[in-house]
Amino acid sequence: MSWFTEHSLTIVTFFPLLGAVVIAFLGRDRTSSVRWVALLCTLLTFLMTVWLYFEFDSHRAGMQFEEFRIWMVLPPVNYHLGVDGLSLLLILLTGFLTPLSVLVSWSSITHRTKEFFLFLLALETGMIGVFASLDLVLFFVFWEVMLIPMYFLIGIWGHERRVYAAVKFILYTMTGSALMLAGILYLYNLTGTFDLPQVLDHLTTTSLLSPPAERWLFLAFFVAFAIKVPLFPFHTWLPDAHVEAPTAGSVILAGVLLKMGTYGMLRFCLPLFPEASRDFAPIVCALAIIGIIYGALVAMVQPDLKKLVAYSSVAHLGFCVLGIFVFNAQGMEGSIYQMFSHGVSTGALFMLVGMLYDRRHTRLISEFGGLATSVPVYSTFFLIVTLSSLGLPMLNGFVGEFLIIVGSYHSRALYAALAAAGVVLAAVYLLWMYQRVFYGDITNEKNRTLPDCNLREKLILTIVVVVIVAMGVYPQPFLRRMDQSVASILQRVEKRTLLFTERAPAGHLGAGR
Amino acid sequence: MITLQTADLVRILPEIVLSIFGILVMVLEPFVAAAQKKLLGWMALLGVLAAATATVRTSFEPGLAFGGTIAADEFSIYFIYLFLLTAGLVILGSIDYLERNHAQHGEFYALVLLGTVGMCFMAASTDLIMIFLGLEISSISTYILAGFRRADRLSNEAALKYFLLGSFATAFFLYGIAFVYGLTGTTNLLGLSARLMEPSQWTTFARVALVLMFVGLAFKLSTVPFQVWTPDVYQGAPAPVTAFLSVGPKAAAFAVLLRLFLGGFASAGTVSFWILWISAALTMCLGNLAALWQTNVKRLLAYSSIAHAGYILVGVAAGGSRGISAVLFYLVAYALMNVGAFIMVAHLSGTGERLVQIEDYTGLAFERPGVAACLAVFFLSLAGFPTTAGFLGKFYVFRAAIHSHLIGLTVLALLNSVVSVYYYLRIVVAMYMREGKTEAATVELPWPVRTALAVSVLGIFYLGLAPKLPLGLSTLAALPLPK
Repeated sequence: MSWFTEHSLTIVTFFPLLGAVVIAFLGRDRTSSVRWVALLCTLLTFLMTVWLYFEFDSHRAGMQFEEFRIWMVLPPVNYHLGVDGLSLLLILLTGFLTPLSVLVSWSSITHRTKEFFLFLLALETGMIGVFASLDLVLFFVFWEVMLIPMYFLIGIWGHERRVYAAVKFILYTMTGSALMLAGILYLYNLTGTFDLPQVLDHLTTTSLLSPPAERWLFLAFFVAFAIKVPLFPFHTWLPDAHVEAPTAGSVILAGVLLKMGTYGMLRFCLPLFPEASRDFAPIVCALAIIGIIYGALVAMVQPDLKKLVAYSSVAHLGFCVLGIFVFNAQGMEGSIYQMFSHGVSTGALFMLVGMLYDRRHTRLISEFGGLATSVPVYSTFFLIVTLSSLGLPMLNGFVGEFLIIVGSYHSRALYAALAAAGVVLAAVYLLWMYQRVFYGDITNEKNRTLPDCNLREKLILTIVVVVIVAMGVYPQPFLRRMDQSVASILQRVEKRTLLFTERAPAGHLGAGR
Repeated sequence: MITLQTADLVRILPEIVLSIFGILVMVLEPFVAAAQKKLLGWMALLGVLAAATATVRTSFEPGLAFGGTIAADEFSIYFIYLFLLTAGLVILGSIDYLERNHAQHGEFYALVLLGTVGMCFMAASTDLIMIFLGLEISSISTYILAGFRRADRLSNEAALKYFLLGSFATAFFLYGIAFVYGLTGTTNLLGLSARLMEPSQWTTFARVALVLMFVGLAFKLSTVPFQVWTPDVYQGAPAPVTAFLSVGPKAAAFAVLLRLFLGGFASAGTVSFWILWISAALTMCLGNLAALWQTNVKRLLAYSSIAHAGYILVGVAAGGSRGISAVLFYLVAYALMNVGAFIMVAHLSGTGERLVQIEDYTGLAFERPGVAACLAVFFLSLAGFPTTAGFLGKFYVFRAAIHSHLIGLTVLALLNSVVSVYYYLRIVVAMYMREGKTEAATVELPWPVRTALAVSVLGIFYLGLAPKLPLGLSTLAALPLPK
């Protein structure tokens, strides 16, 4: 057991890859064993992430479960893993969504099943690795490697314009990461290390970075993350990728990949470049709010269900970015909470749309209507998830959005007002969509004989709904685990700012919850 | 008068061994029955292995040979191993290719070995005349190799083009040597750097000499604007020869460039720096942009190799021990992925190289998952995805560049590598994401080819994941050059 404890992060990270290797050796026609191996492997990974969650000491600041090993000597690149409250939650989210994605793809992926699950498992390793890395190069390696399985998932099992979407996805992300690599190398040149904690130490204790250099570096990192989030105006790849991806791909994309952007902002942009973060905060907040409103307005007019959900992601992630860049505890905790709950609810929405697509092979809202009478169970699940996505109190979406709005109110009342308008718009487009699809008379005869949810689908959706309700009613355990991490990020932003400038607006920094 | 000593011979032992095997292959050729010509290939491979063993002996006796015209130092030994690796992989990949294309002749292997001798001399020479000799030996062998598909129009065109432009380029190089000799009275690199120590000694004539020699090398490096021959020659030459051409002469020219620009001409300072900077920028951009429009895989790889020359030039421009070792590491990575890719292309192309369009690979992954995965690894490595050699090569080069404050050039190079992802992925798209039947899927891969491919793929991952040893070697090899 102690061996497991010492290497727990490595095991959690690479266990899915092990599953992928096992699948690689299975015969092409043994599809059902492939599925079971994938399910078993992702479930075990999930259990391990749950174990991490409970073993995590929420009173301790700093990294836990750290592992350190030298990878290359010159330049010194190390295999350095560790989690804090922030990454812990995102790893848990990854662990939670991947088995669900396996289940969702259980019968809808019929050709090249083996490769599909192989890529899915490889993807999980990449995602966990991104969240667990504490070395800039290691982080970059996972960040880039993870693109390849996702690229194949979209490109092989996607819909009509899948190749275009896959290539667009990879090119957009890589443009950002190219700039980030330049930033990483520049930081290395200044500090002589790629190790994140050490880089942070160097930057806080010395004034190596001149303000202009800090601003450029901030931009280099920020653009990479903003493309990933995606923040308006970098969002154009997202609707394409989401619409063309297979259901599992969309779930992972919305659930985990987008969070890498906001995670990167919290892990790198703010602590490394606090002063530049402050300088750019008004612009970033403005873009985030534009994203919230724009995403909502565009979602409203989408004729395609999946595109609607995709644009709703743009809006929801706008909230996350806003929460980060108002620099207070409520905003930031709300933002992290929103990351998690967006992963669950939007993931679930994509699953639901996927189930509908499996039955009707269309996602156009106009093709549906009156589904509530033909598929009552499905409609109920859809309703709960929709309500959670629009932020109904007692469901998960509410907690995050509420905290973010409170946080942004402390920063500037206008932000809060505009963000709240976004919440209203979300209610409009989601409920209107729900009304058109599920209420009214059945206008299309094909919808009359649709089969309702089968046992597998009920299982998936029940799990999701339980989590949605639990997170809405009792958010405390999650919030408690992120307290220390959020406090230390905020402290760093505050300290550096006080150290080097006089114009830090006092008063609302670190306002406790 | 220079007297011949044993130590002198030991210091060129690899070249001697290669030459002996080259001549043996040529002499034995008429006595081997047509059906047995394959044996000559194995003999050439044996020659490569023997030379590799001989190099170990040479490395125990480092130093200058033949009156300071040859240096058996870490730098040259590193390059000799690189050339031997390339030659070995190319021979392994050629035996069955030649069989299939009814071109199984002993000269092929002899020329590969002799070309390698020339490249080894280029890397090992510390005298301009010796460098020129090495350049000529390697060039003449490769001119003939480029036209080896005698019945093919494109192959003939390639050989002629390569020959004409190549001779033109060597003339430039020779002209530069003449200038240098006129200015300094010596052709020895050490002597050169001693006479051109001060920036004030860099008169217009000295600069002209520098530019002339760079132009000569630039043809071999295929940097912009001297790259025009590259796509046609790479397309026309038999694919295994292209593999050889795209790596061997290029790496040798880089060896000379490093010895010249960071050694003999180190004091030229800003002149050589800006030459390198501008060529690097132009070469990367043009190579990548032109590659975007290619439909022929060989031409695409030709432009890609132009782009890679640009990235490597960034490392040369960065200079210093970091820059040099990064360039050396990159060259090995480049050799593995490029030779691997061309060998794969050679064998998928069928008899007479008919299947070399991107659409000929449509749906390959369905029929031949292993082959497709292998090719995907080569292309992803060329694109510079992490865990492959291509990523770490770029990573080290850009690290050196940032260290030398070449931030603009680095950002340009990074953005270029994003552009390159697009065209590398076009092949992956064709193989994995389009449905269709392809004739390329019926190709047999005999075990020598499989071996060559396995070595390349494993090498790519070895360099990409556990680069400790190769990186140490490249750092060691950078030592003999002055900082």
